[in-house]
Order: sequence, then structure tokens, then C-alpha cells
Amino acid sequence: MVVVRVQEQEFDIAKEQINLVGSRKDIGAIVAFTGLVRDITEGRKLSKMVLEHYPEMAESELGRLESEANKRFDLQGTTIIHRYGELFPGDLIVLVLAASQHRQDAFSAADFMMDYLKSNAPFWKKEYYTDKNEPEWVNAKTSDDERLNRWF
Amino acid sequence: MNQNTPIRLKYFAWLRENIGKAEESHVLPQSVDSVDTLISWLIEQDANYAQAFENRETIKVAINQKHVEHNALLEGAYEIAFFPPMTGG
Repeated sequence: MVVVRVQEQEFDIAKEQINLVGSRKDIGAIVAFTGLVRDITEGRKLSKMVLEHYPEMAESELGRLESEANKRFDLQGTTIIHRYGELFPGDLIVLVLAASQHRQDAFSAADFMMDYLKSNAPFWKKEYYTDKNEPEWVNAKTSDDERLNRWF
Repeated sequence: MNQNTPIRLKYFAWLRENIGKAEESHVLPQSVDSVDTLISWLIEQDANYAQAFENRETIKVAINQKHVEHNALLEGAYEIAFFPPMTGG
């Protein structure tokens, strides 16, 4: 099963895991990655973050990403849920689940999907700070592109 | 490519803020047949585009919602999106 959702509202990790497994008894490992909003970035205190996205492309790109993961690794299911809109420190941003018979592929697939997502998923973060009037767009990290390159 | 069909252009994040709009439609001149020539054409239109595309090689592009390089041709394109490197996840 491949699940892709792009949504404003929060998700429930346990529910998504249960949903991914369904009635299957042959899954041996599920790895879950959850991304959260931190309260301090580069020394500045965050009051909130606004995540802009390209709606039509976000879903299709995440779908492509999961397809690629399912080709590269021996998986029984994957889930990606990515939120958009206004988020606050401590909020969940993204969930990536990878289910496999064995843990090696589950771990690797989750790692791969996050690296791919960081560089290719059409979302942009704008940070608002408690001590500054002007919000700032987050800059993409070259280290993210480098992480992605190690898979290719 | 039917040169009378308008193409939808979309902008995101600070590109959208610099250009001043999220979306627009243009009938492109026949000479504009690739992403590169499109960016050059936009830069000629007004100072907002010139500023937004100042470091044009760093700007990402999608044609019909798929990532492409700047040398991609516009044949078959109905929607072209420009945006900064992504920061999701």
C-alpha cells in the first residue's frame, strides 16, 4: 500500500501505522520518521512557521518519491503525510512510514524518502520570530542535496 | 507548440513576493521555446522579474508539475512554475 497525503491538519502516527498495516501479518518491520517544528533556529526563537506549497505538484511529487522507494527497496508499504499552513513549535510537520519484512530495507527506505523529500518536495518554510519583526524564508541546505546525491 | 495558446506561469515563496503575483498567463513569442529563453524574456518584461531572477541558475523550475532543468523545451507545456530550492520536510 502506498499512502500520500498533503494536508493542513495534524496526523496521528499510531493511526497511520495501523492503517498502513491493515490486516497483514507478514510485515516484520515498520520505521517511522516524524519531522517536527523546533522552537529555536540559528539562535532565534520561533513564534510560528508558515509552510507554503504547490498543491497539485506536492501530491504527485510525493507519489513519485514513494514509487522510487518501492523500486529501490523491498517494501510492503509506505506512507508520506506532509502538512502545510501555519505551524507552531512542537507541531508535527511530516510523517514517513516504511514497512518491510526486515528492518534493513525499512530503515534505508525511510532515510531515502526523507532525503528525496527534502530536495524535491515543493514546500517552502517561512519563519516568524519572537524577537524580530521581519519573517524570513528558510534557505535550502546544500547538505540536503549532498545527502540526496549519495543514493544516486 | 500552438503559439496562440496562453501558458500558465506560477511563482512560489520569495519569488512570488518579489514578482508581486502568484500566477499569470502569457502567450509566448515563438522565439521563447525553452525555460532559459523564457527566463530571459521575463527578465526583459520589468524590474521585478529581473530582481527575482537575479541568481537565475539557482531558481528551480517545473513544467506541468514535474521538475525540469533550465535547458528543457516548452513543447507541450501548459503550466510552468518557478520557485526557490525547496525546504519541506
